[in-house]
Amino acid sequence: MNYSQEQVTKLKKKAIQVRANILEMIPPGKVGHLGGSSSIADVMAALYFHAMNVNASDPKDSKRDRLIMSKGHAVLVQYACLVEFGYFSREELGKVKTFKGMLQGHPDMDKTPGIEAVTGSLGQGLSVALGLALGFRLDKLPNHVYAILGDGELAEGQVWEAVMAAHGFKANNLTAIVDFNGLQATSTTKEIFPIENLAQKWSSFGWNVIEIDGHNMVQILDALEAAKAFTEGPSVILAHTIKGKCFPFAEGKAKYHNAAMTEDEYKEAWACIENLKKEVEA
Amino acid sequence: MRTSDSLRKTYGETLVELGKDNKDIVMLEADLGNSTMSAMFGAAYPDRYFQVGIAEQNMASVAAGLSLAGKIPFINSFAVFATGRGYDQIRSSVAIASLNVKICGSSAGLSDFGDGKTHQSIDDIALMQVLPNMTVLSPCDAIETEKMAKAMVECDGPIYLRINRNDLPLVSDPKANYKIGQMTEMVQGKDVVVFATGVMVQQSMEAAKILEKEGISIRVVNVSTIKPLDIDALESFCDGVKGVVTAEEHSIIGGLGSAVCSALSNKRLPIEVLGVQDRFGTSAENYSILLKNFGLESEDVAKKVRKILADN
Ligand SMILES: Cc1ncc(C[n+]2csc(CCOP(=O)(O)OP(=O)(O)O)c2C)c(N)n1
Repeated sequence: MNYSQEQVTKLKKKAIQVRANILEMIPPGKVGHLGGSSSIADVMAALYFHAMNVNASDPKDSKRDRLIMSKGHAVLVQYACLVEFGYFSREELGKVKTFKGMLQGHPDMDKTPGIEAVTGSLGQGLSVALGLALGFRLDKLPNHVYAILGDGELAEGQVWEAVMAAHGFKANNLTAIVDFNGLQATSTTKEIFPIENLAQKWSSFGWNVIEIDGHNMVQILDALEAAKAFTEGPSVILAHTIKGKCFPFAEGKAKYHNAAMTEDEYKEAWACIENLKKEVEA
Repeated sequence: MRTSDSLRKTYGETLVELGKDNKDIVMLEADLGNSTMSAMFGAAYPDRYFQVGIAEQNMASVAAGLSLAGKIPFINSFAVFATGRGYDQIRSSVAIASLNVKICGSSAGLSDFGDGKTHQSIDDIALMQVLPNMTVLSPCDAIETEKMAKAMVECDGPIYLRINRNDLPLVSDPKANYKIGQMTEMVQGKDVVVFATGVMVQQSMEAAKILEKEGISIRVVNVSTIKPLDIDALESFCDGVKGVVTAEEHSIIGGLGSAVCSALSNKRLPIEVLGVQDRFGTSAENYSILLKNFGLESEDVAKKVRKILADN
């Protein structure tokens, strides 16, 4: 436990700011992936503002850790983190998914500072992350690589090809994080394919498995630390989350996978942010 | 006859209708059913609907198995994933054996405007038409989509259908008979022939109006079957014209333009290929911004026609 209560509070505030930034990107009537962005917001805040080595003044710093957003549709949450480092101006948030904007509908490393790969076709990010991790190890570099996956995304066979390969290569500088929110685009993950015993599935493939409440900041920080400290091979954090977390009208609803908010919902969403701020201050 | 402008909805409704009498029709989808509209089939016939999850490769090969069992499987996803993500599975499990698998790629071309380049399909025609045994269909509107869906069930063998995410105005004749393989004259004209497909049919028809005011007459032909390409018809539509324009919402490499160029390679006719230049798409706030910036509007078609006439 290399952090103080103060830091936890700071990170909780950051997670609220991240959610506020997400809202700025999807004003009423604009379609955006609210659900899958907010489910992973706490983990992302912990990564960017604590666990990862990120240089606020240089998005290309060679010492930086890498985060591959395999569930690329949730890139809003990553933009929401990156803007805090000043990699691009806050004005860009309003121009997300526009012809002139640098913030594309899915992660584009050529357009957006801080984005490390092109993702969006699901199931490929863990393989990219593995390649990066192996490259760093070859060069004896200490950089750690993180990959964020959706639970629905786990249906892609390629994910399991990467899972087996990472174990085979003992990629101990690689941490996968599954946003285990139980929902995907059309319905619940459970309804679509058998996803029970997920921890057993990963561990039977040789991974170090850590299971947490993905909205509990202390548990998130502990898990990230444990994953990095584990040196025998790759680690996976199964983060139990709620899709649409912190926005009650959207929580646990497949509809908000990729939807536009009404004026009322949008107002309600901002009220949620204000309440959260008060809670953290208290 | 359906009157919706939505190709996707028409596709979904038509399959529900067909599935009523033909119990062999089965649908597979990979977590995009609300978007591809295959979910309508799932609601009507849950036992003949297979939600395979986000696993397009598996979907394609499972469909191959279903067809071996005598079923008529339709696989559904965004065009980019339906064709690209499961390409080898379509090639090996489906196309080589010429199995009776139907592939529907929705959100084709740039029509998924917000999601950007990873979701925009500018190479699906290329991927599918390069496969022996594969038929490639690209309807210009919902009327044609309905007729195609029906014809797909009648016709044995692998077929790829690419449809637009956005509504398109109804431009084809609802009363005309339809047959896979045909190309249809939409506008009569004599100076230049424009072979167009998908959304570009409507844009080319607009171009005909623009050019008419300038005293230029163009023939617009809807090539909604890209493969097999009816070369006799293609040649006869070239009779008497000074040149050829092809127009598609797809890369200029490997699409309709490439197919027409090779089919007419022994003709001494100038050909201008209009399509997405050799680049990926990008995000935009709406579809028309992309059509404009990628040079896929009626005025762009008109420019190509003027160029042919000027060079003559
Ligand atoms: C290969 C591929 N198939 C389909 C899609 C369309 N798609 C985008 S997000 C999504 C659902 C993702 O669900 P999950 O991985 O659980 O993410 P989350 O619920 O956390 O947003 C789908 C099907 C895609 N982007 N890539």
